[in-house]
Amino acid sequence: MSILGIVRIAFKSLLRNKTRTFLTMLGIIIGVAAVITMLAIGKGAQKIVEDQVNSMGTNVIMVTTNFSQSASNVRQAAGTGNLLEVADVEAIHDQVKNILYASPVYNTYGQLKFEGANWRTGIMGVDVDYFYIRDMKVSDGDLFHASDVESGAKVCVIGKTVADNLFNGVDPVDKIIRIRNIPFTVKGVLEAKGQNVMGMDQDDTVIAPYTTVFTRLLGQHWRNMMVLVSAQSKEAIPMVQQDILDLLQSRHRGTTSDEFAVRTQTDLAEAANSVSKTMTILLASIAGISLLVGGIGIMNIMLVSVTERIKEIGIRRAVGAGKRDVLLQFIIEAVSISIMGGILGIGLGFGAAEVVGNAMKWSVAVTPWSVFLSVGFSMAIGIFFGWYPASKAANLNLIDALRYE
Amino acid sequence: MSKQLLSTQALTKTYIMGDIHVHALRGIDLSIDEGEFIAIMGASGSGKTTFMNLIGCLDKPSSGTYLLDKIPVHEMSDDELTLIRNQKIGYVFQSFYLLPRTTAKENVELPLLYCRHCNLHQRHEKALHALSIVGIAERAKHFPNQLSGGQQQRVAIARAIVNDPMFLLADEPTGNLDTRTSVEVMAIFQALHKQGKTILLVTHENDIAQYAERQITFRDGRIISDKKNPNPRQAADDLLKLPQLAEED
Repeated sequence: MSILGIVRIAFKSLLRNKTRTFLTMLGIIIGVAAVITMLAIGKGAQKIVEDQVNSMGTNVIMVTTNFSQSASNVRQAAGTGNLLEVADVEAIHDQVKNILYASPVYNTYGQLKFEGANWRTGIMGVDVDYFYIRDMKVSDGDLFHASDVESGAKVCVIGKTVADNLFNGVDPVDKIIRIRNIPFTVKGVLEAKGQNVMGMDQDDTVIAPYTTVFTRLLGQHWRNMMVLVSAQSKEAIPMVQQDILDLLQSRHRGTTSDEFAVRTQTDLAEAANSVSKTMTILLASIAGISLLVGGIGIMNIMLVSVTERIKEIGIRRAVGAGKRDVLLQFIIEAVSISIMGGILGIGLGFGAAEVVGNAMKWSVAVTPWSVFLSVGFSMAIGIFFGWYPASKAANLNLIDALRYE
Repeated sequence: MSKQLLSTQALTKTYIMGDIHVHALRGIDLSIDEGEFIAIMGASGSGKTTFMNLIGCLDKPSSGTYLLDKIPVHEMSDDELTLIRNQKIGYVFQSFYLLPRTTAKENVELPLLYCRHCNLHQRHEKALHALSIVGIAERAKHFPNQLSGGQQQRVAIARAIVNDPMFLLADEPTGNLDTRTSVEVMAIFQALHKQGKTILLVTHENDIAQYAERQITFRDGRIISDKKNPNPRQAADDLLKLPQLAEED
C-alpha cells in the first residue's frame, strides 16, 4: 500500500489517543524548546561580547610591556618595565607601515571634585589619536585638540557615569573640576559606550591630554604606559603586529620579544567568546539530554502501545497488512509524534527566548540552524526510538497476535 | 462439474513445544470446489482451527501441499501470503475482531487500505456496498461498542466480503451469539452462498453445520467423515419460526 495510506492510518491511531499522544510529545516539545532557547541565549551573549569588542574601535592593536627582568633575573610584575616611552609611540607612528593612528595611554586613578560632590574614577592620559582609534564622540561640548596636547593644557573630557555622579543635572561643559586637587576644564561629555568585554564601565572615566596627565598628575613616574594603534585594515593587522615588535626590540637593546605584548581586539574577543561558547555548549548539552529523555519517552509509549495493540496488529495482518506496512505504521507514528513535538517545541522555544530576552534586556537571537538542528534531531529520535517497537510489532507471530487476549 | 478452488495433499502441522511434538494435523487430503458451502466440524483439539489457519494462509504447513486456485501456496513467501490474505480470502472470526474506536465503515475499509489499486472514492463505495449487503448500512458511522454482537458480526462479514474474495473463512462465527442472532448470521451466509460465494465455516455446533451443504468432521488431526448434506436447513425459514425479539438499537 502507499506511504500516504500508511500515514493516514498512523495519524488515525494517534488521534484515537489524543492525551497519550500529547503527553508523549511533551518530552520532545520541552527538549526542542530548551535547545532552541539555550542556543538563542548563547547567541545573545555572543552578540553582546561582539558589540563590546567592537566598541573598542576597529582594527585596534594594543602594545603593552609584559614584565621586566632585572640583571639578576628577578622578574617583576607585568607593566613594571617602564620600557615604553613617548618616543616609542612617535617611532611607531612614523615608521610602521599600514597604521592610521597611534596614541600613548597612561592609566591612573584619582579623586574628582566638583563643588560639594566627589567621585573616584580612572584617569586616562591620551593623545587625540585615541579618540579616532576608539571612535569616540562627544554627546555634549567638544573633544580636546592637538594643541591642548602640545601645550599640556588642563582640559579633559568625561564619561557619562562621571557626569551623572559629579554634576547631578548641571551641564558639565566648561565647568572646572579638580582632579587630585588640580583644576581641569571639562571640554565635553563622551557618548555612552556601556560595559567593555571585561565587564567594566567604559563611561566611568576621565580623559585628558597625556602630556598634562604625565606632568601634572604622574610626575616623574611612568606607569602602565600602553600604546594603542589602529591598523589600516583587518588584513594588515598581523604584519603591523610583527613590525611593531621588531621596531620596539631594535629600539630597546637587550630586550627579548617576550617583554612586549602586542595584542589585538580579536585576541580579546576570542578570550571572551570562548567563555560564552563554553556556556552555550553546556546549556545546549543539558537541553540535548532532555531531548534524549523525550526520545526514550517515545520509545516507552510506543512499546506500551505495541503491547496494547497486539490484537489490532493481528487483525491488520490477517486482512492483508504486510510486515512492512505494520513497521512503517509504527515508525510513522513515532516520527509524527517527534516531528509535531519538534514543531510545537520550536514555537515554545521562540516564545521562551523572547521572554528571556525581554527579562534580561538581551538581544536574544534564534538562529535558523538551531531550528534545523532540533527538527532534524527530533526526527532522528523518532526513527531511532520508534524502530525497536515498530520491528517488534511487525515481527509478531500472526496467529499469536490474533489470538492474544 | 464446477471448478476446483483449492486442494490439499498430505497436509500436516506439528507444533514443537520444548521436547514435545504436538501433531495438530496428521495428513489432510481435501478438495474444495468453487461455490461450495462447507461446515468443518470437530471437538476442540481436533485440528479444525489449525486447518483453517493453514487454508486461510495465516500459518504455514509443516509438510504437504496446498494449492489455491492451482497456485502452490505452501511454497510462498510471507509477502506473497499477505497479498493472498488481502485479495483472495475473507475472514470472519468468533469474537468479530473489529478495531475499537474505529467506525463500522472504517473497519470494513480496512482490507482496501492495504490494497494497492483502491482510491478513496472506490473504498468508500465498496465499503458502503458491503455494509448494505449485510443490511447494516445505516450503522456505518457507529463504533463497535455502539453495536450489538449480531451487528458487529455483520460488520465483520461486510469486511470479509468487501474485497470480493475467492472464499469466506468463518471461524465459529456464531460462537458468541444467541440463537436468533446466530440464525440471522447464518441467513446472511446462505444469501452470500446463493450469490455464488464459497464459504468455509468452522463450527462445533451441529445445529449450525446443518445450514451447510457439505460437512467435514475432524478428529485428532484427521478427517473422519466428509459427507454431502443434500437438504440443508434454510436459515431464512427458521427465522420466521423463531419468536420475534425486541428491535435492536
